[in-house]
Amino acid sequence: MARWEVADACPECLRRSWLLGMLGPYLERIATGEPGSRSPELLRLSNRDLVEVAAPRVGGELLRRIGALTETELSEGLASAGCWASCRHGDLYPAQLREAADAPWALIGRGEPALLAELEPNGTVTVVGSRRATSYGREVARELGRELAAAGIVVVSGLAFGVDSCAHRGAVEAGRTVAVLGCGADIAYPAAHRSLWRRIAENGLVLSELPPGASPWRWSFPARNRIMAALAGMTVVVEAARRSGSLITADLAADLGRDLGAVPGPVTSGASAGPNALLAGGACVVRDAQDVLDAMLGVGARRLDRGGPALDESLAPVLAAVEAGERTPDGVAAALGLDGPAAAAALARLELLGYVACSELGAYTRTSQPTPADAT
Amino acid sequence: MLATARTFTLDGISARPVRVEVDVHRGLPGFAIVGLPDAAVREARERVRAALVNCGFEFPLRRIVVNLAPASLRKVGPGMDLAIAAALLSASGQLEWERLGAVALAGELALDGTTRPVPGALAIAEAARESGAEAILVPAENGSEAALAEGVDVVPLDGLGQLPALVAGEWEPPRPAALPLWLESPPDAPDLADLRGQPHLRHALEVAAAGGHSLLMIGPPGAGKSLAASRLPSILPPLEAGEALEVARIASACGRLEAAIRGGRPFRAPHHTISPAGLVGGGSPPRPGEATLANRGVLFLDELCEFRRDALEALRAPLEAGEVSIVRAAGARRLPCRFMLVAASNPCPCGRGEADPECVCAPHDVQRYQGKLSGALADRIDVLVAVRQPEAAEIGAGPGECSADVRARVCTAREAQERRLGPGRCNAEMSPAEARECPLDPDAAGLLADLYAKRRLSGRAHDRALRLARTVADLRGLETVGAEEMAQALQLRRRDRG
Repeated sequence: MARWEVADACPECLRRSWLLGMLGPYLERIATGEPGSRSPELLRLSNRDLVEVAAPRVGGELLRRIGALTETELSEGLASAGCWASCRHGDLYPAQLREAADAPWALIGRGEPALLAELEPNGTVTVVGSRRATSYGREVARELGRELAAAGIVVVSGLAFGVDSCAHRGAVEAGRTVAVLGCGADIAYPAAHRSLWRRIAENGLVLSELPPGASPWRWSFPARNRIMAALAGMTVVVEAARRSGSLITADLAADLGRDLGAVPGPVTSGASAGPNALLAGGACVVRDAQDVLDAMLGVGARRLDRGGPALDESLAPVLAAVEAGERTPDGVAAALGLDGPAAAAALARLELLGYVACSELGAYTRTSQPTPADAT
Repeated sequence: MLATARTFTLDGISARPVRVEVDVHRGLPGFAIVGLPDAAVREARERVRAALVNCGFEFPLRRIVVNLAPASLRKVGPGMDLAIAAALLSASGQLEWERLGAVALAGELALDGTTRPVPGALAIAEAARESGAEAILVPAENGSEAALAEGVDVVPLDGLGQLPALVAGEWEPPRPAALPLWLESPPDAPDLADLRGQPHLRHALEVAAAGGHSLLMIGPPGAGKSLAASRLPSILPPLEAGEALEVARIASACGRLEAAIRGGRPFRAPHHTISPAGLVGGGSPPRPGEATLANRGVLFLDELCEFRRDALEALRAPLEAGEVSIVRAAGARRLPCRFMLVAASNPCPCGRGEADPECVCAPHDVQRYQGKLSGALADRIDVLVAVRQPEAAEIGAGPGECSADVRARVCTAREAQERRLGPGRCNAEMSPAEARECPLDPDAAGLLADLYAKRRLSGRAHDRALRLARTVADLRGLETVGAEEMAQALQLRRRDRG
């Protein structure tokens, strides 16, 4: 691994990362619990104050050990994990992060370092949401990720289950995406997303403020949320329960004065309670990627070319029935007076054309792909 | 004195000939059985001794050695009592029976000398015919079952006491009539009319039955999955006479012929705690499992995700090959298992489905639960249908179409398949080459190619879609698969995602 990669980070900032890695269990004791998580505030503290608060008894020893780390040891630690680093004094470090008072001192990453410097507030959107997303949330997140990435926007998310991974998956299909982790950047967490983690590192970035090999802590997730919020010009919450980590990200983004968007959901659905509350509080309504672009860049600044494939005459009424709320072949058949198999066949074709999606339970829902008629 | 008699031991679902040699000679009184007997055979000593004495014969106070040949074959079950007793009577000079070596005997003895039925009487009678026996003596209760084997004289026997009269030619028992074989489900079997509404599920059942395709139903509890599965045998075409005999032979070997004989096509629904050996057969000597018992019928796995993974994995090869191969030290046994696999599953451990806000399952649990649905077994399932909770109006509506009407359409479709593929075959059994030969409308080919490219399907999924589309076309009486049939087939194979 080349030496220059570490040269973008000064040893002092890197030592901060290593200190956080060592403080993991100590911060776990004080940073979590009610009310909410204090880790973003804690991470504003200087090294000395932080160990004073988190680990008063062993603090001196920890600081001594951190101070003793040589530049060579740090760079070897990065190189052996296949990572590079950039610190707040470096050239690659994104300008919008520097603005934040609690910005990470250093970012450890995998992937193409040059992409880090290209992350502009107006070209970056953070998509977050519940780990326990419904099929609606997953579909919307995936489509949002795909369309934003296709429009050249970098999609930032957290690689978690549910909304996060769907947004990543949609985005890697069409463009670039950045995963910010709550553990070392060389660790695929959750492990089920190892292949996704690898794909993201291949054509995007995996970032973390923790040193390579650091395990995930409860406090490290709110901490990485502040990085996600600060990186992007806009944060979109797809689905989130009333008390969800995604809402922490939304609050942090609002505190930084960034745009905040939320995907509306059924008022009866607990999974959409968070975004619906954000909407009530004045967040932008996000129905699709066009709404995001309009909110972030100004209405009409950028038009997406999004018309789907041509629709057969016989399929149009079936699509209309799905839009009207019919979710099963039986329901469509009854609504249109078709026989069951014909309705099923029409739904299969619509799914193939990308207009509807089908859940594991066989419920068909409209995707956000507009028809050629809608797009014009 | 030495006497020999012929009997059989059950091995899997077929019977193997065993020669019983009894030697009675001077020496310390004793009764030894050699030749790899299992515990039940060894205990024949006590049963035979008591039966002889209680029927007024004399138990010789001499040294008695019973050898069961071939010595290398493991002998199981109490079915050799009758042959041992007859050979002992002959060897001790109490019964003058020159033809003893030419007839076969099978049956268990009670202590009072009456005969008790044995499992596998049909297979034993068939083996007796193959081995050239003149007649086979069986317990009276097994008479009509053994008579299903044509070409061998079946002599029913109530007890050991009847032997002298029979041998002397003074008494000739009436020959039993063969059990009637039921080719169709009995009229009181559950009918598809009980399934209210749910036209999509009905269509999926009909397509699966018409092509012999395996079926997976996913839906919340109480939506009608088990009800639908239990109605499947009633819409399958009636058994052929040869198939019915095969079903009867397997049921007889498992000692459950009475229950099975009136059922038409078998319907087996093992509990999800079943072991791999219980599902596909096993043990030594091998015993048929549920897969073999479901031969020519339906094997229903309710709560598929709760089954042990190793049990489901064991089902893979038999599902493809139509037979189970059980290899033991003594050699390999092949048991037929051409069944139609029907499985049902909840969408997640709590059953509500993750779209339901009430669902409390953690994503990790759902993933692990559905892991079994995406395993290699599920890859071999043709039709996937999502079953939804029926609406109140549907339940309140009148009965649906009855089984007989659906079966008529299924039979027509099966006839078309037999014309194309040969007798007894259905679309689910088409080889990939045969599937690719089916004439395809250009539009249908376009749809399939589109899906193939978009979802990066495996070759297997591609062929399965072709087979299913062929069945849909057969149901509609079409020679060429059109776009409509292909789209229907793809809808029934929603699983095919990249």
